[in-house]
Amino acid sequence: MKKLFRLVSVIISSLALVLVLSACGSKSLADQNVVTRAKQTNTITWGVKADTKLFGLMDVKNSQIKGFEVDMAKALTKQILGPKGKADFVQVTSSTRMPLLKNGNIDAIMATMTITPERLKQVDFSRSYFDAGQSLLVKKGSSVKSVKDLNHKGATVLGVVGSNSVQNVAKFAPKAKVLQLSDYAQAMTALKSGQGEALTTDNGILAGMSVENPGYVLTGGAFTKEPYGIAINKGQPEFKRDLNTALTKVEQSGQYNRILKKWFGNVPGMNVKEMER
Amino acid sequence: MIAIFHNYGGLLLQGFGQTLLCSVIALFFSLIVGSMFAIFETTPIKFLRVIARIYIEVFRNIPLLVITMFFFVVIPMFVAKINGFTAGTIGLTIYTSAFIAETVRSGINSVDPGQMEGARANGLSWWQAMRHIVLPQAFRYVIPPLGNQFINLVKNSSVLAFVAGFDLMYQGNVIASDSLNTMSTYICIGILYLIITLPLSYWMRYLEKKLA
Repeated sequence: MKKLFRLVSVIISSLALVLVLSACGSKSLADQNVVTRAKQTNTITWGVKADTKLFGLMDVKNSQIKGFEVDMAKALTKQILGPKGKADFVQVTSSTRMPLLKNGNIDAIMATMTITPERLKQVDFSRSYFDAGQSLLVKKGSSVKSVKDLNHKGATVLGVVGSNSVQNVAKFAPKAKVLQLSDYAQAMTALKSGQGEALTTDNGILAGMSVENPGYVLTGGAFTKEPYGIAINKGQPEFKRDLNTALTKVEQSGQYNRILKKWFGNVPGMNVKEMER
Repeated sequence: MIAIFHNYGGLLLQGFGQTLLCSVIALFFSLIVGSMFAIFETTPIKFLRVIARIYIEVFRNIPLLVITMFFFVVIPMFVAKINGFTAGTIGLTIYTSAFIAETVRSGINSVDPGQMEGARANGLSWWQAMRHIVLPQAFRYVIPPLGNQFINLVKNSSVLAFVAGFDLMYQGNVIASDSLNTMSTYICIGILYLIITLPLSYWMRYLEKKLA
């Protein structure tokens, strides 16, 4: 009995310690006004992807992140802070971007993040800066022609944890099994090794993968609408307004179309004309 | 945190079950395989010693994730289709068995050589002496470090998350991205791991007291 009591007390005290640790630091950088701080330091810190070709990919040669979103973030920073404004980049994944934004490590997320009602409860979004749609990547000659072909028992769809495309699969092909891997490189490797019939996510990202892996093609077209937005913390109306104004200016000056063409101009199966603004 | 348990109880429970299942399977087989290689390492037969040495040095010095990814990616390409759970459990078993082999070997070595000599002088074969005289003493010595290995094994089972093995860590990542509340989810996951590891460590301590 005494031993049991000791075991229970150890468990309880370790749980209490965990709770105390987690309660620390509730007041953080995230509550400060981002625009004021950005003007003081002349820097905006962006969370971008580093594993997604065309949007944000780490260039191993000079360890810089390059892609559509990185160029857009630079253009927006220049609009908000003036030509001397500096854009800092922190690499994020689908599962780290929210906590990093909430604790103030980054000012804004520009990481292939779809505007969804659930996310709007947690963060604010700017206007959409890219109109993506969910699609499928399959091996050339695969029998899968659309998402309907995956709606049977035994079908396995690969996705990335933290992306809402995996939740969409449950809607469009409820009988298929979904495997969520930790990033796109791993999901692609799993597709190649035959762990699943199709890889699903937004068409822009899949286009990047099919450029790198010529044996794999996009199929079935887009079956959802996934407008990407810039996520910022709630309670930053000034920053949100500035971002939207900057986005409008970038679009009107034709810079948006130039950046779009630079990254998506040569991708087979992508209609750049349709996405121009 | 309570909201996480409330909203995602089913997923957490499923993950908990998978982690427990994987841990038990890997623990059982890694103990057997590890002990086998430990005995190989101490046999008078040189061939077996070399085999054991290579196995231990290779698998002890490769990251667990690499071994697991090998079984998840390469084996399905050329041999047979295996899922994430199987790949993860095999990887975990191989990886841990290398550590257990080293642990058990140190136990065998710490048994006085006189024990083996005495047993042989009394007419026992090498294997009989090993089984009845040396190994029981060796295991008594190595219970504390073995306990360490077991706890590491349970925590290392989180490698299943990387190969979609539906374990606790995998479900944790899924829940974190769905609830957008990473920290609370990870704390819940931590508590569930504690529920597996704390009794395990207390049981090892109890064994140590009882046998040593």
